[in-house]
Amino acid sequence: MHPLIFIVFLPLLAAIIAGLGGRWIGKAASKVVTTGALFIGAFLSWPIFFEYIGGSAQPAVVPVMTWIHSGTLSVDWALRLDALTAVMLVVVTTVSSLVHLYSWGYMEEDPSQPRFFAYLSLFSFAMLMLVTADSLIQMFFGWEGVGLASYLLIGFWYYKPSANAAALKAFVVNRIGDFGFSLGIFGTFLVFGTVSIPSILHAAPGMAGSTIGFAGMRVDTMTVLCLLLFVGAMGKSAQLPLHTWLPDAMEGPTPVSALIHAATMVTAGVFMVCRLSPMFQVSPTAMHVVTWVGAITCFFAATVGCAQNDIKRVIAYSTCSQLGYMFFAAGVGAYGAAMFHLFTHAFFKALLFLGAGSVIHAMHHEQDMRYYGDLRKQIPITFWVMVIGTLAITGVGLDVAGGIGFAGFWSKDSIIESAWAGGSVAGTVAFWLGVLVAGMTSFYSWRLVFLTFFGAPRWAASEHIQHALHGEHEEPSEEHGDSSHDPHHVKHGSGGYHPHESPLTMLVPICLLAIGAIFAGQFFHGIFVGPERAPEYWSGSIAFVKELAEAAENSTLWVKLSPTIAMLIGLWIAWNNYIRNPGAAAALVEKFPGVYKFVSNKWYFDELYDVIFVRPALWLGRLFWKGGDEGTIDRFGPHGAAYAVSVGNRIAYRFQSGYLYSYALVMLLGLIGAATWAIWWAQ
Amino acid sequence: MIGLGAYLTVAAIVFTIGVLGIFLNRRNVILMLMAIELILLAVNINLVAFSAYLGDLTGQVLAMFVLTVAAAEAAIGLAILVIFFRRRGTIAVDAADRMRG
Repeated sequence: MHPLIFIVFLPLLAAIIAGLGGRWIGKAASKVVTTGALFIGAFLSWPIFFEYIGGSAQPAVVPVMTWIHSGTLSVDWALRLDALTAVMLVVVTTVSSLVHLYSWGYMEEDPSQPRFFAYLSLFSFAMLMLVTADSLIQMFFGWEGVGLASYLLIGFWYYKPSANAAALKAFVVNRIGDFGFSLGIFGTFLVFGTVSIPSILHAAPGMAGSTIGFAGMRVDTMTVLCLLLFVGAMGKSAQLPLHTWLPDAMEGPTPVSALIHAATMVTAGVFMVCRLSPMFQVSPTAMHVVTWVGAITCFFAATVGCAQNDIKRVIAYSTCSQLGYMFFAAGVGAYGAAMFHLFTHAFFKALLFLGAGSVIHAMHHEQDMRYYGDLRKQIPITFWVMVIGTLAITGVGLDVAGGIGFAGFWSKDSIIESAWAGGSVAGTVAFWLGVLVAGMTSFYSWRLVFLTFFGAPRWAASEHIQHALHGEHEEPSEEHGDSSHDPHHVKHGSGGYHPHESPLTMLVPICLLAIGAIFAGQFFHGIFVGPERAPEYWSGSIAFVKELAEAAENSTLWVKLSPTIAMLIGLWIAWNNYIRNPGAAAALVEKFPGVYKFVSNKWYFDELYDVIFVRPALWLGRLFWKGGDEGTIDRFGPHGAAYAVSVGNRIAYRFQSGYLYSYALVMLLGLIGAATWAIWWAQ
Repeated sequence: MIGLGAYLTVAAIVFTIGVLGIFLNRRNVILMLMAIELILLAVNINLVAFSAYLGDLTGQVLAMFVLTVAAAEAAIGLAILVIFFRRRGTIAVDAADRMRG
């Protein structure tokens, strides 16, 4: 059997075993089964990826079984393997297996671990189905599967009302995107008569210039199809204006945020656009929309990220912003750069999230950065990997001797250069926004590091820490006594709390991801975006534009240097505001209270949606509930019948007095009546 | 010679008194038993009167049966009455409303 079968279906098998049998096999066995399945997948995926890099592999389709045959619609379960899928396989299985391992430590004290690991594996299966899809229907299956797993995992702590609300929000907002996606699939079938991706991509260029009736207008066929499909991508990848669910999704456990809401699921939209890139290439209008949406989201999310205090929310907005980068790269036609950033981003963003999880673990579930500070000496390994992640996301590197730098340096620079090289108006705007956002990315990422690991400890004010301290008073451990000699612990503001480094199961995955965050860009930029090797690597699996890649490679020096300069400015501002002069940030906020309020309230998107959608929906629902159901159906239906019975009962009750003489009277009257009838009428 | 009509009139009056005695009496169960006796008597008068008028003895035989049954019924009724009084401490008709729904 093809190894792809094992890669895709072992996680499903593990999810079934751990999910349905977790009660009997216990939590240790559930962990081993699910984690083992994903590690096998990862070990099988990397050789496939290297085969494609070596150029020895050909695109393959692995049939699984027949599914739907109805009229001209024919859909089979089949796994498609090409260069694009190979990249996604590596990303998904690697990050997923490391997150599984990390969860051993992170979820150690949780009572329902088999359920957690089953959901994680179910997610991995759905994501692998998505990336190996051979038809749009199968892609939609994976698409909905990851949405379901995301819903289940955001609401994993189901006893928290906020987690339930966040899970529902993610599901409902994604429904809007999925509505567009399904319309796009219907339209594609209508136009092409098939849902098989290779056939569609083959036929797409021939449809250029044709028109189709949509919503009462004649519109360009490919534009409307691409835009409908892109609505799905916007929902899944949290692009403006369907981004509101992603920050709330941070209610889930941190490993989930790392796997689903940073590295894999949210990048499904980018993957879809790249997978269908020959379709998007046909419609310049759709490409412009993708560029604009990506660039604006990129900017918007970065501004919001600068003003968040919750460590996970900062990274969540950062994810949203980085996804914007990927989309505008795809929008200007640099699909290779978009996939490259997806690849590197998976490593460093998963690293940042897992690092943040390690910090949260050390700080007894305190997530507010205002209560952190001075942690670099307490949790040095976490500190160093977070610094590596930050160096990677901010794009630290040098353009000397062919270039040397962290992962983000390669991918982000190649996106920004492609946007400039694209030459269109949207591309130029995206370039300038991209450079600006590079500076903002640097600012909020370093702000996170400085607030968390530097300065004076501010732990004492945290409720979580207080709670931990009072819990610990009852059973002072040995470490407790030892570390009290450490001078840092008697500092004002620590409150006597001693953060501990995370266990090995958490540190190993972070360190492995850190290696990826350092080298992923350096090693792989040639095959992703290099004008010499990339066309051969992609070999038609995405619409790789060689001229654009060449133009990006040879762009002028100031274009190449601008993201680095912006990054340094962002770093300086963060350093100035949080290290050199810790009061500067507060002073700045006081100077521009309106701007700060606007940004820290996420541009009031939630409030706006509340007024436009949520309240009218509630009002309409209440109208139908109170007026339609209770006021009409219940009133004249079940309630009315019950009321009639009760009134009739009250009348009948009066006749049953219990007095013998009244019964006798009625009997007599009856007899008289009967006799009268017999005498007068019956003769 | 007293005609049949007179007998029937007396019987009808006695019957009516008996029926009204059942309905209008609210205090005493004994009165109710007596009212039932009156109704049976009215029937007996009718039976005997028609028997004499028609020269058919069957009516008088039936009247004898009715007297016997009435005596037995009075005995049982009074026995129930004694038990009722023992249990409830009264023989008022209004107190006998246990069958109320």
